Amino acid sequence: MPEQLAFTIEVFLNGLMAGVLYALVALGFVLIYKASGIFNFAQGVMALFAAMTLYGIMNGQVPFAHLINAIFGTEIHYFGWELPALLAIVMTVGVMILLAWMVQRFIFRYLVGQEPIILFMATIGLAYFLEGVGDLMWGSDIKTLDVGLPQGINETIDEVTFGWFGYGFFIDNLDIVASIVAIILVAALVAFAQYTKQGRAMRAVADDHQAALSVGVSLNFIWILVWSLAGFVALVAGIMWGAKSGVQFSLSLIALKALPVLMLGGFTSIPGAIVGGLIIGVGEKLFEFLIGQPYLGGATENWFAYMLALVFLVFRPQGLFGEKIIERV
Amino acid sequence: MFYREAGDFSTTYPQDSQTFPIKFDRWRYYAVLFIAVVIIPFVINDYWVNSIFMPFLIYAIAAIGLNILVGYCGQVSLGTGGFMAVGAYACYKLMTGFPEVSMFIHVLLAGGITAMVGVLFGLPSLRIKGFYLAVATLAAQFFLVWLFNKVSWFYNYSASGQINAPERDTFGILITGPNTEAWATYMFCLIFTIFSAVVARNLTRGSVGRQWMAIRDMDIAAEIIGVNPLKAKLTAFAVSSFFVGISGALFFAVYLGAVEVGEAFGITKSFLVLFMIIIGGLGSIFGSFAGAAFLVLLPVALKIIGVDWLGWPTDIVAHLNLVIVGGLIVVFLIAEPHGLAQLWRIAKEKLRLWPFPH
Repeated sequence: MPEQLAFTIEVFLNGLMAGVLYALVALGFVLIYKASGIFNFAQGVMALFAAMTLYGIMNGQVPFAHLINAIFGTEIHYFGWELPALLAIVMTVGVMILLAWMVQRFIFRYLVGQEPIILFMATIGLAYFLEGVGDLMWGSDIKTLDVGLPQGINETIDEVTFGWFGYGFFIDNLDIVASIVAIILVAALVAFAQYTKQGRAMRAVADDHQAALSVGVSLNFIWILVWSLAGFVALVAGIMWGAKSGVQFSLSLIALKALPVLMLGGFTSIPGAIVGGLIIGVGEKLFEFLIGQPYLGGATENWFAYMLALVFLVFRPQGLFGEKIIERV
Repeated sequence: MFYREAGDFSTTYPQDSQTFPIKFDRWRYYAVLFIAVVIIPFVINDYWVNSIFMPFLIYAIAAIGLNILVGYCGQVSLGTGGFMAVGAYACYKLMTGFPEVSMFIHVLLAGGITAMVGVLFGLPSLRIKGFYLAVATLAAQFFLVWLFNKVSWFYNYSASGQINAPERDTFGILITGPNTEAWATYMFCLIFTIFSAVVARNLTRGSVGRQWMAIRDMDIAAEIIGVNPLKAKLTAFAVSSFFVGISGALFFAVYLGAVEVGEAFGITKSFLVLFMIIIGGLGSIFGSFAGAAFLVLLPVALKIIGVDWLGWPTDIVAHLNLVIVGGLIVVFLIAEPHGLAQLWRIAKEKLRLWPFPH
C-alpha cells in the first residue's frame, strides 16, 4: 500500500469527523430556519455562549463578576464550588431555554412578518449582543472546557490500521465521541419531530404558519421550543468544539462555516445539513492536503468551504436537498 | 419655524431638479461644507484628526459604498472588509511602483481595481439572492484576506507580512507617512468624502439609481418592466466596490500607515460598516454619514465615560461596546428600520410646524 494513499485515507477520515461537527452546528440553523424562516446568524455565538456558561457554572464563577467589581469596587470572582459536569449541563440547558424565551419575547415577537433579510440582520445584532454579554458575564480569557470526554489518539485504530497499511492512522477519540453524539442527536431530533405532539406541531408550523395557527398551534410556544432546541444543539456543539480547541472567540467563527454547509445541503433539510457537513469537512481537509499545502501555501481551510458553496450555488441555488425556489411577482 | 419650504418656488427645470430643492436644505449643506472646508482645517490638531475626523470620513465613504449595494440595490454583502483590503493593497502596490505619481491618482486607481474585483464577486448575485448571497460574499471576505496573507508579491516580500505606507505627497504636501500635518490628511480625506457623497447622491437619484431601487424592491417585477438585472446588479457592485476600495486605500495609506491584513480588514470590519448603514439608515446618503459618525463616536465616548471618568478596565468597556452596538442594531431594526436618517426626517417634519402644531 503506497504511503500517499494511506495519508489520503487518514485525511479523509479526519475530514469526516470534522464534517460531523460542522453538521452539528448546521442542525441548529436548520431547526430555526424551518420553523420560523429566521436565518440565525447567532448560532455560532450561541455555541460560544453555551460553552462559556457551562464552564462558568462548573467552576462556580460569579456572573458579571468583573462588571460588579468595577462598579462597586468589590473583589468577588468565585462562589467557591465545583459542580459535576452533568449537573452543570442541566443548568446550562436551563439558561439556554431562558435565552430562547428572551430572544422570542424581546426581539422576534416584534419582527414577525418582516422581510427575511431584516430578520437576518437582527440575528447579526443578536450575535454581537450575546458575544458582549458572554464576555461580560464570564470574562473573555481562553478557557479549556473539560467535561470528562476521552481525548487523544485512539490506540485501537492506530494498531489495526498499522497492521493493514503499515502506517497507524491518527484519529482523535474526541472526534469519535463527537460523531457518535451527533448521530444520536440527529436520530433523537428526527424522532422528536416525527413521533411527538410538539414535534408534529413544529413541522406544521414549518409547513405553513397560518394553517398551523388556525388549527390551534401556538406559534409563540413553538418558536420558543425551536430556539431552545437550537440552544441545546449549540450547547452540544460548544462542548465538542470547546473540548477540541478551547472556549474562545474563534469558536463562533468556526461555527460560521456551518453557513456554506447549509448552502450545500439546502436550508430546509436535516439530512442536507449532515451530508453538506460531511462534504465540506472532507472537501476542505482533502483540498488542503492535496492542493493547499503543496501548491498554495496552506491555510486554505479558511475559505475553501465558502468558495465551494459559492461555485455550487451558481449551478444549483437551492442546494442539494433544498426545496425548489419558486418566485412569483 | 426652523424648517420652511413655503415660498420656495422653482421657475426653471434645473432649479426643480437640483440636489437640494429646498432653500433651507441647500443653505445648511453650504454651511456644513463651509465649516468642514474652511474652518475645521485651521483649528484641528492631531488627536481630533486621528481619533475622530479621519475614521469618520473614511468610514463614511465605505458606508456610502455599502449603502449603494445594500440600501439601494438590496444585495447584502458581508465582504466589505475584503474589498477594503483590495483597495489598500492596490494602493500600496501603486505607491511603491510609481512613487512620482500623485496620491489622488493612486487612490482613484485603487478604487477602480477594487471595482473590477467587486464585479467579479458580484457575478453570483445574478443567480442567488438574499442571505444566500450574504454568505457567498463571505467567500470574498475570507478568500481575499487569505490571498493577501499568502502571496508575498502583494506585500513586496517584506519579512513581517505587513504593508507600510511610504512617504508620498500631492502638490508638494505630504499625505502619507509619519511626518504629515493634521490638516493635510484631513483635507485629503475630506475631498474624497465629498466627491463620494456627490457622486453617490447624483447616481442614486438618476436612472441608474432607480434601476437599483427597482431591483431591490422586487427583482422579478423590475425585470418585467425592462430593467436589465445584469447591468443593474453589476453596476451596483462596481460602484459600491469603487467607494469601498477608496476607503480601504485611505484607511491604509493615510489613516493607519501600516496594516496587517487579517487584523485591519477582517470580518469584524465588514460587520462594522454594515452596522453603520443599518443604524444610519438603509438607502440614504445622509444615513451613511450619520451611522459612520455614530459608530466612530460611540467607542470614543464610552472610553471617555468608562475608562477616564469611572476608571473601569478597558476590556469591560470594550465588551459593553459590543453589547450596546448589538442591542442598538436590534432596537433600530424593530423600532426604526430606516435608522437615524428617518429620525432626522421625522424631526424635520415636526420642526416645520413647531411651535404651533395645531
